[in-house]
Amino acid sequence: MVTDYLLFIPLALIAIVSAVGMIISKNAIYSALNLIVNFGTVAVFYLILGAQFIALAQITVYAGAIMVLFLFVIMLLGAEQLRAPRKVRWQEGTALVAGLILLAEGIYVIFFKPTSTTGYPTVPVGYGSATAIGLELFNQYLLPFEVTSILLLVAMIGAIVLASRRRKSTRSSRFDTTNPLISSDRQP
Amino acid sequence: MVPITYYVGLSAILFGLGAIGVLVRRNAIVIFMSIELMLNSANLAFVAFARYYGALNGQIFVFFVMAVAAAEVAVGLAVIVAIFHSKQSINVDDLDSLKG
Repeated sequence: MVTDYLLFIPLALIAIVSAVGMIISKNAIYSALNLIVNFGTVAVFYLILGAQFIALAQITVYAGAIMVLFLFVIMLLGAEQLRAPRKVRWQEGTALVAGLILLAEGIYVIFFKPTSTTGYPTVPVGYGSATAIGLELFNQYLLPFEVTSILLLVAMIGAIVLASRRRKSTRSSRFDTTNPLISSDRQP
Repeated sequence: MVPITYYVGLSAILFGLGAIGVLVRRNAIVIFMSIELMLNSANLAFVAFARYYGALNGQIFVFFVMAVAAAEVAVGLAVIVAIFHSKQSINVDDLDSLKG
């Protein structure tokens, strides 16, 4: 029982500190790295809760793919330390107060309202494994699973369209100005 | 096992921190990362309750949330790149016109 707390409390502290670090980092790269640490600790929580498949999916999808995409975009835009004067001055304090009120409400409801505190049930061997998840996914949730594939396809097409339309327009405008035929026509 | 209250409390704290990040930061990419933090805290609550009730449905939902988050990040970052190319800024205070 004590070892559970010894594992939980330091990991929870790491998760909270890395989340705070993500918010207060001036450099967006540090924010992304803090978020990766946070995702890693949450993956360990998933392992403790018996969700092996979800934990590894968390590492590969979140800490791997999504955060690499974030870091790539940050470095592509050179947006590490973009600073601009604030247009609304009182915004930061108000936002902080509103967020802290939300936080306090959540903590109050969870820790100070009477809830049933029965223990965890014993789960069968293989609970949360890839086999169990796959069986559940392809038996009971087959239609949502297929819809997810369509969603990912639409997102991929959307990202390609958004990223390529811009390049085409810049290329055509550059083509107009540096086209030797047009410029030679204009010169005489 | 640690009582479920602790997991849900941690999830609420992470969600609140993500909400604070969305409200306080003005860098669009950091706002996006805060949204990911909020999605992740909801996932933690899902997995904790799945273990609490000994059911797998919560973990299936986490799977779907991950798929939606991946799609959202792909499209959202493409939008941010497009905005940066037209405005030379990803500060959300600068994005106050309807026609780019």
